[in-house]
This record gives sequence, C-alpha cells and structure tokens, in this order.
Amino acid sequence: MNSLIDKVFANTTKLIAISVLLLVAWIFGVLFEHSLKSIEAFGFSFLTETKWAPNLEKFGALPAIYGSVVSTFLAMILAVPIAIGVAIFLSEIAHAKIKTPIGVSIELLAAIPSVIYGMWGLFYFVPIIRDIFGGVGISMLTAGVVLSIMILPFMAAVTRDAMNTTPDILKESAYALGGTKWDIIKDIIIPYAKAGIIGSFILALGRAIGETMAVTFVMGNVHKISTDLTQPATSIPVTLANEFAEADTELYFSSLFELSLLLLIISFTIISIAKFYFLRRKRIGQ
Amino acid sequence: MTHTQKRVITSSIVMALSTLSAVIGIGFLLWILSILIINGVDALSTTIFLEEGAPPGNENGGLKHALIGQLMLVGYASVFGVPLGILAGTYLSEYGLKSKLSEIIRDISDIMMSAPSIVIGAFVYAIVVAPSGQFSGWAGSIALMIIMLPIILRTTDDMLQLVPSTLREAAFALGAPKYKVIIQVVYRGAKAGILTGVLLGVARVAGETAPLLFTSFNDNFLNTDMSQPMASLTVTMYNYATSPYEDWQKLGWAAAFILSMFILTLNVLGRLFLLKRKGK
Repeated sequence: MNSLIDKVFANTTKLIAISVLLLVAWIFGVLFEHSLKSIEAFGFSFLTETKWAPNLEKFGALPAIYGSVVSTFLAMILAVPIAIGVAIFLSEIAHAKIKTPIGVSIELLAAIPSVIYGMWGLFYFVPIIRDIFGGVGISMLTAGVVLSIMILPFMAAVTRDAMNTTPDILKESAYALGGTKWDIIKDIIIPYAKAGIIGSFILALGRAIGETMAVTFVMGNVHKISTDLTQPATSIPVTLANEFAEADTELYFSSLFELSLLLLIISFTIISIAKFYFLRRKRIGQ
Repeated sequence: MTHTQKRVITSSIVMALSTLSAVIGIGFLLWILSILIINGVDALSTTIFLEEGAPPGNENGGLKHALIGQLMLVGYASVFGVPLGILAGTYLSEYGLKSKLSEIIRDISDIMMSAPSIVIGAFVYAIVVAPSGQFSGWAGSIALMIIMLPIILRTTDDMLQLVPSTLREAAFALGAPKYKVIIQVVYRGAKAGILTGVLLGVARVAGETAPLLFTSFNDNFLNTDMSQPMASLTVTMYNYATSPYEDWQKLGWAAAFILSMFILTLNVLGRLFLLKRKGK
C-alpha cells in the first residue's frame, strides 16, 4: 500500500514538474501558430516595415521595435549609474545602522507594481516634461525616465548583492596596503564581482524591455519613428496593451501575436544571457 | 600634490558622487511613495469598500467590484498555482535533485520569472478567450497562475533543499515511506520557507496588470461569475487613471494605495517568516 502511494506521489510531482516545461513549449507553439497568418502575409518585411495601419491591413513592427529599443536604452543609461551609486553607497559607504533599513526599503520598492510607477508618471512626470520640452509631455523620453525609475530598485538591489559577494578578506587586505575606498571598489570589488554586476544589468534590461504598465501610460502608442525623443512613440508591449482588446480582423490579431512572439524571444534571449553567461547559478554541492 | 593625496581626493569625489546618486535614486522613490500615500489616503473612504463602480460625476462610486474581483482572480490563481508549484518544487528537490531534467526545469523557471507578463496574457487569450468567445475571470486567473507557478516552484525547491538530509535519513531509518518523509518531515521543516515563497508569489501576481488587460478584461460593476469579464484593482486603476474624470482618477489612487499596502504587507510578512526561520 505504502509503496503504491509512494509511486503515485513520486510520479504526480514528476508529471507536474515536466508540465512546467511543456507549458513553456506550449506558449511558444501557440504564439507561433497564431502568428502564421501575419508571417505568411508580410514575411521578414514585418520587421522592417514602418507602416502600422490596421484600417489598411498593413502591419509593420519597426516603430514598435524601435520604441522598445530606444526607451529601454534610455532607461538603462539613466538607471545604471544611479544603481551603481546606490549599490556602492549601500555596500561600502552607508553606516551599518542605515544600511539595512535602506536596503530593505529598496527591495520592497522593487515589489511595488509597475502600474503604480506608470500612474505616477502620467500625473506627476508628464507635466514636468511638458513644461520643459513643450508638446503633450507623453513621449519616448517620459517613457524612458519612468522605466528607469521603475527598474532602479531591482537593479540596485541585485548590483549590491553582486558587490557583497566580494570576500571581506580581500577588501581588508587592500585596505591594509593603504588603499582608498575607491581603490578597493575599482581594483577589488569590481574585478571580483564583474560578472555578477554585468549580469544584473542585463537581467534588468530583460525586464525593462518587456515592461508594459510603467510605459503604457506615458508613451502614447503612436506608430511613428521619430528621432525627437519628446514625441509620442510606441513599443512592443505598449502596442499589445493598447490594441489587443480592440483588434477586429484576423490579420490584425495575427500581427499582434507575432509581436508577442517577438517580445518573448527577445526577452528569453536577454534573460538567458544574463542568467547562464553571467549569473550561473551555483549548482548543488559547489 | 603627492600621489597619495590625489588618490584620497579621487576617492572622496567618487564617494560623494555615489552618495549623491543614492540620494537622487532614493529621493525619486520616496517621492513616488509619498504621492501614493498622500493621494491614496486622501481618496479613501468607507464608500470605496461598500459601493460598486458608478458613472463619472456620481459621488457614490466605489471599488467594491474591483476588490472582490481582484480577490477572486488572485484567489483562484493561488488555489491552483500554489499546490502545483509546491508539488513541482518537491520533485526537483526530493526526487530529481541533481538530474538533468531538474536543471532544465530550474533554468526555464528562472527565465519565466522575468519573462514579460503581457505575453502570458496573449497566450491565454489564444487558448481561453478566443475559443470561448469572451473575456472571463477564469482566463485572468489562468494567466496569473502561469506567472505564479515558476516563483512557487523555485522557492519551494530552494527551501526544501535547506532541510538537513539527516532529518530525512532519520525518518527513513524508522521505516517511513518516502512520501511520508516528505510530507511529515521535509514539508514541516521547510514550512516557513514555503510560506514565504507562497506569500511572495501571491504578492507578485496581485500587482499584475498587463496579463489581465485582455483576459479578465474589466467590468464596472460587481460580478462574481468567473465565466464573465471581471474587474480587478489593477485594470480598474489603469482605466480610471487614464480617464479624464477627476472622481475616477481619485478612485484610481485609492485602488493603487489599497493594492500597494496589500502587496507590501505580504512582502513584509514573507520576510518575517524567513527571519524567524533563520533565527532558529
């Protein structure tokens, strides 16, 4: 009796564990299947065409791709130096008494839903951009800034964790040789934790590129490629969020599914690079 | 200037810059937090919990529909997602600890935890909403469950591995079958850790908006039928905030405040359980 229950329990858990893998394969499969119409209709020109006109049944993803890349790039440029600053502050400068409370608050802020960052952006940041640059204030620039603030807590927390992996004995040895704090950071911590720090940034990049709610409020969903960052723009997730519930033709849906598939592949690739190249998880026993 | 002086000055400059960027970063975050609290507390009232959505301009609009919808969506997602995640995590830690299969499942789950949630919405749209012909609470719950699964799976896996193998061996030595060892010894030993994983998983999906936009959609009135479109705090927040009506925007802030407090509480509780475990 016991051995039967044992078998059932073992196999049930195994089945569920395997079904997680199958689920991921299913997600890719379903998205691909639903993208077929659009792939057939547009082929590779889907990725290079700049016109997105649902009324004409013309769908080109370049403006959305461009928007995703530029807004994420802006967010990274703004967030990386500040995240490094926060991480250095938390791991090397802050007094032990404030280190923990600030560290914990930053981790908690990383848990605040992104929709709230988006809402803040719409009501408080859009007017500032409008006052400084004119226009409507809903723009690529606004999206980049809100995105950078949204990923900052996550980025700072993981960067700090990466820096904290440096063994104290290495730092102490360098201090004993008369190194300044900056010497220790640039010659001991950064070389030691380099892979972890870069990995954290790439992981944050992977999250930022798929982030929807923080940018949907402030980007405008305008399918136009403009080098003027103060103009409204769109990105892949913004297009999906705005248009999925409204799509009315099969080709329209199929194009949106192709965008989803594209986004999933891009994120999967970026996150895999971060996880497997830079942040290889320690295997059991190591 | 001597070389040493130069180094000391450079170091001070860099330290000052780091502190400055920390102040800027933390300042922005405090700004957002204080706005959330000020607007949220200002918008709170008992009407919010007692009344359903109302047309703009109506003083008596509330968030009852969204609160109940949110609880149902997250509740059903948890009812299915939590046990499935724990069982899958059990396999990884207890049966296939070092197997190739487990490694692949761990890797894929790690990636899925950071994958864009809106894509999960598109997937659920294709497999649930399109075939059934309508948006539904079930579709929303399924999307949330898919997002929750890898989180619970990975924390359970990690937490079970922390249980010392001597405990398992002692139970085996007493003649207990493996499933009993797992349920009565391993689960018990990892109770606090698993609970933390569950709380963090629930907190994570409770804040999800993107995958609900075209699965559970929205409803301005109370609906408890999971086969119909259903309101959630997050989607309501999005719709109200982007509307031009001031009273709706105010309700949006109330929703944001309630949701954030709920999520922060879960996170704090989760941390406390983990601390208690470490303290032992």
